[in-house]
Amino acid sequence: MLKKLLVVFAAMTMPSLAMAQPENPAPAPLTKEVAAPVVATPAAATTAAPATDTAAPTEAAPKSMDGSLPGYTPMRPNYEDSVGMPKPKEVDFQEQFTENGQYAKWINNAILLPIITIISLFVLGLLLWVIVRFNRRANPVPSKTTHNTFIEVVWTLVPVLILLGIAYPSLDLLAKQFKPAPAEAVTIKATGYQWYWGYTYPDHGGFEVISNMLKEESDVAKGERFRTENDGPKLLAVDNRMVVPAGVPLRIQTTAADVIHAFAVPSLWFKLDAVPGRLNEKSITITKPGVYFGQCSELCGARHAFMPLVVEALPPAQFAAWVKAQGGSMPGEEKPAPAAPAAAATPTEIVAAPAAAPTN
Amino acid sequence: MTTIAATGTDLHAHDHHDADHKPGFFARWFMSTNHKDIGTLYLIFAIFAGIIGGAISGLMRMELAAPGIQYLQGWASIMAGKEASLDEAYHMWNVLITAHGLIMVFFMVMPAIIGGFGNWFVPLMIGAPDMAFPRMNNISFWLTVVAFIMLLGSSFVPGGTGLGAGTGWTVYAPLSTSGSVGPAVDMAIFSLHLAGAASILGAINFITTIFNMRAPGMTLHKMPLFVWSVLVTAFLLLLALPVLAAAITMLLVDRNFGGAFFDAAAGGDPVLYQHLFWFFGHPEVYIMILPGFGIISQIVATFSRKPVFGYLGMAYAMVAIGVVGFVVWAHHMFTTGMSVDMKMYFTAATMVIAVPTGIKIFSWIATMWGGSVSFKTPMVWAMGFIFMFTVGGVTGVVLANGGLDDNLHDTYYVVAHFHYVLSLGAVFSLFAGFYYWFGKMSGRHLNEFLGHLHFWIFFIGVNVLFFPMHFLGNSGMPRRYPDYPEAFAYWNGVASFGYAIMGVGVLIFFVNVIWSLVAGRRAEDNYWGEGATTLEWTLTSPPPYHQFETLPVIK
Repeated sequence: MLKKLLVVFAAMTMPSLAMAQPENPAPAPLTKEVAAPVVATPAAATTAAPATDTAAPTEAAPKSMDGSLPGYTPMRPNYEDSVGMPKPKEVDFQEQFTENGQYAKWINNAILLPIITIISLFVLGLLLWVIVRFNRRANPVPSKTTHNTFIEVVWTLVPVLILLGIAYPSLDLLAKQFKPAPAEAVTIKATGYQWYWGYTYPDHGGFEVISNMLKEESDVAKGERFRTENDGPKLLAVDNRMVVPAGVPLRIQTTAADVIHAFAVPSLWFKLDAVPGRLNEKSITITKPGVYFGQCSELCGARHAFMPLVVEALPPAQFAAWVKAQGGSMPGEEKPAPAAPAAAATPTEIVAAPAAAPTN
Repeated sequence: MTTIAATGTDLHAHDHHDADHKPGFFARWFMSTNHKDIGTLYLIFAIFAGIIGGAISGLMRMELAAPGIQYLQGWASIMAGKEASLDEAYHMWNVLITAHGLIMVFFMVMPAIIGGFGNWFVPLMIGAPDMAFPRMNNISFWLTVVAFIMLLGSSFVPGGTGLGAGTGWTVYAPLSTSGSVGPAVDMAIFSLHLAGAASILGAINFITTIFNMRAPGMTLHKMPLFVWSVLVTAFLLLLALPVLAAAITMLLVDRNFGGAFFDAAAGGDPVLYQHLFWFFGHPEVYIMILPGFGIISQIVATFSRKPVFGYLGMAYAMVAIGVVGFVVWAHHMFTTGMSVDMKMYFTAATMVIAVPTGIKIFSWIATMWGGSVSFKTPMVWAMGFIFMFTVGGVTGVVLANGGLDDNLHDTYYVVAHFHYVLSLGAVFSLFAGFYYWFGKMSGRHLNEFLGHLHFWIFFIGVNVLFFPMHFLGNSGMPRRYPDYPEAFAYWNGVASFGYAIMGVGVLIFFVNVIWSLVAGRRAEDNYWGEGATTLEWTLTSPPPYHQFETLPVIK
C-alpha cells in the first residue's frame, strides 16, 4: 500500500519527466552486442560534452566527459541535503530511502539506542554511587553479604525480558527484509571484480555496465574523464552508475568474478556479499529518485577502498530511456535491431572500458 | 601429592635455600621449566609484541588522520627498498591491518593473559608447586616466539600486489588463496599453525594442572574465579583451535597443492572457510576476555574487602558464555547471503550471551555494594573495565540484530564495538592485573600516582580514539580503508588525536615500570591487606623459586 503511494509520489514529484515517457523511443544510435561489457561512451555523446568540456580542446576521441548518453544525463547528487552520502560530523545513520531501511533506522534510534544508553548510564550511575557511598572512609566496615537469590533472579530475568522486547521488532525486520521480490521486480546483477563493479540487466536484454571509480582531474591524462561535482564526492563517484527505477521493487543479485566483495549502500540499508560461485539476492524498493553512494565492504585486495558503487534511481520513464540508451529493451518490448556499425561505438572503446580500471 | 613434595625435599636436603635455588642464566631463561619464569617470559614477550602492534596502529591512525594518502607510499618504499607504486602502498595498508589484528590477538592479549598471568597465578592460586607439564609449558612459549618471528618475516616477502600478507586477520578465501600469490600468506598461515599448536599445548597443561594439582581441600567450587576463568578458557582453546588449524591447512592445500576446498570454480565454497574460521573466531574473542573477567573478579573482591558476590553464578556464567560462544559464530557472516531462518537463529542465540554477561557485570557491582572500597590503581582499572566493557557489550547487542547488521557490518561501528570489548576490555583487565600482581611478581611496588595518571590519560585517550568510530560506522565508513571521503574527515581526525593521548598514557606506564624496577619500594607478602585472600598472598613477594613444597591445606 505504502509502496504504491510512494510510486505515485515519486511520479508526482517529477511530473515533467514522467510525462515524457512513451513517445521518445528515439532508438539510440548505439551498436552493441547485447551482452557486451560496454560502457556507454559512444560518439553520439559528443553533443552533450561541451557542457563540461572546459579549457582543453580535446583532439582526443569524441568521448562523453560527463557520462551522458542520448536521452540520459547523469543526475546531480543532492549535496544540499546530503542525500545518499555521508554528512560531515554525522553521528547518526544516513537518511534512508527504502521502507525497510527506515524501519531498521527507527528500530535502532527509537528502541535499541535508548535501551543501550540507559543500561550504560545505569551501570555508570551504580559505579559512581559505589565511589561516593562505599569508599573506605564512608563505609569502614564491609558487609558480609555474598548471596541474595532474589536480586540474582531479577538481574537474570530483567535482561531476558529486555532482549525479548528487542527480539520482536528485530525478527520482524528480518522477515520484511527477506520478503521475496514480486515476479515483475526489476533484476540487476552486480558483479564484483578487482577492482570495479559490473551491473547486468537480464530483464532488459542482458547488457552489462562497467563501473569504475572516477579519478581526480590532477590524476588523469589530458582528455580523460575525471570526477566533477556532478558525478559525486571524491572517492565515491563512478563513471557509469547502476541506474534503476525508483518506486519499483528491485531484485538485486550479487556475485563476484575473483575474490569476495560486498555490495553496500548505507542510505538503502543494503549490504550483501558478492561471493564467487554464488548468486546472492535481496529485494528492495527505493522510495525516491536520487543518487545513492556506497563502497565495497569486504576486503578484496589492494584497491578495496577504491571501488565505490553508485545507484541512481530514476522515475520509471527515465529509466526506460536510459535502458534504450544502453541498447537494451524494456520487458515485453521488442529488442531494438542492432543499428548500423557506422555509429562508431568502436571496438577499441569497448575494450577500453574494463581496462579503464585505475592504474595506480 | 605429599609424596612428591617429600621427594622434592629429599633431593635438595643438602641445601638450606632449596626453595629458592635458581639455575644459571641460560638454563633459567632459555630452558625454563618454572611456571613463574615462563610466565615472566610470556609477559615480556607480550609487552614487546604489544609495542609493535601498537606502533602499527599508530601508523594507521597517522595515515587516517586526514583524507588522502599521506605516508603510505613512503612507508611502502622503505619496506621495498625502492620506489613503491600506489597499488603497493594500498597493499601495505592491508598488511598493516592484518599484522595489527594478528599481533594483538595472538601475540599480545593471549600470551599476556593466559601465558603470562595464567602461568604465574594458576599454580599459586590452587596451591600447586608448578604446572603439570613444565617442559611442555616451555615449548608452548618458544613456539609462540617462532610463530611471531614467522609473522613478522612474512612482511618482507612477496604477498601478491606487494610485500607481506594483506588478507586481514581473518584470512578469507579466495583473497588468501588465488588472490595472494607469493610466500607471505603461507608464512602467515604457518605462523598461525605454530601459535595455535602452542595454545593447544598450553590449554592441555592448564586443564591437567587445574584438575589434578589443586591443594588438599581446594574443591572446584572453592577455586578462585581467576582459575575458573582460565579453566573455561583452556577448554575453549582446546575445542576451537583445532578447527582453525584445519581451516588454514585447507588454505595451504588450496594454495599449494591444487586443492579446491574454497574454490567455487572447482566445486568448493568460499563461505565454507568463513564458517570454519568463525567457529574458531567467536570462541577466540571469549578466550581473550574470560581470563580478564577472572582478574577483575579477584581485584574487585580484594579492594572491596568482601568475597565475590554470587560466586557460583559468576563461575557458571563463564561456563555458559563459553558454551553459548560455540553456537553463535555466523553472526560474523550476516551479509554472506544466508537464509532468513539462519539469520533469525543467529540473531536470537547471540542476544542470549548478554544474559550471563549481565550477571557478571551486576555481580561485580554487588560485590562493591556495601563494601569498604579503596581505590588503588588496580581497582580504578577494574572499575574502568566494568564501565567500558558494558559500553562495548551493549553495542554488541545492536550488532547481534541481523537486520541492523545489514548496514553496520564491516563498518567502523564494528571496529568501535570490538575495540571497546578488547582494547578497553581485555587491555584494561591486563593493566589491572599488572598493577595488582606486579609487586607479587617483581617484589617491588609500582608508583600509585603514576598508576592513576596512566589510567586517566589512557582512559580519556582510548575513548576519544574509539567512541567516534561509532559515528563513522553509523555514517557508513567501511573498515580496512586507507582513504575515505571528505565527510568522514572530522571524526577520523578526532580518533587520531585520541591515539596520541593514549600514547602518552602508555609512556607513563613504561616510566612507572622502569622506575619501580630501579627504585621501587620493596613489596610485602600481602601488600593489599585483608581483602586479598587467595593463596599467592600467603607467599613472599616475589614467591620462592619453588613454592608449596609442603602443600597448603584449604579449610
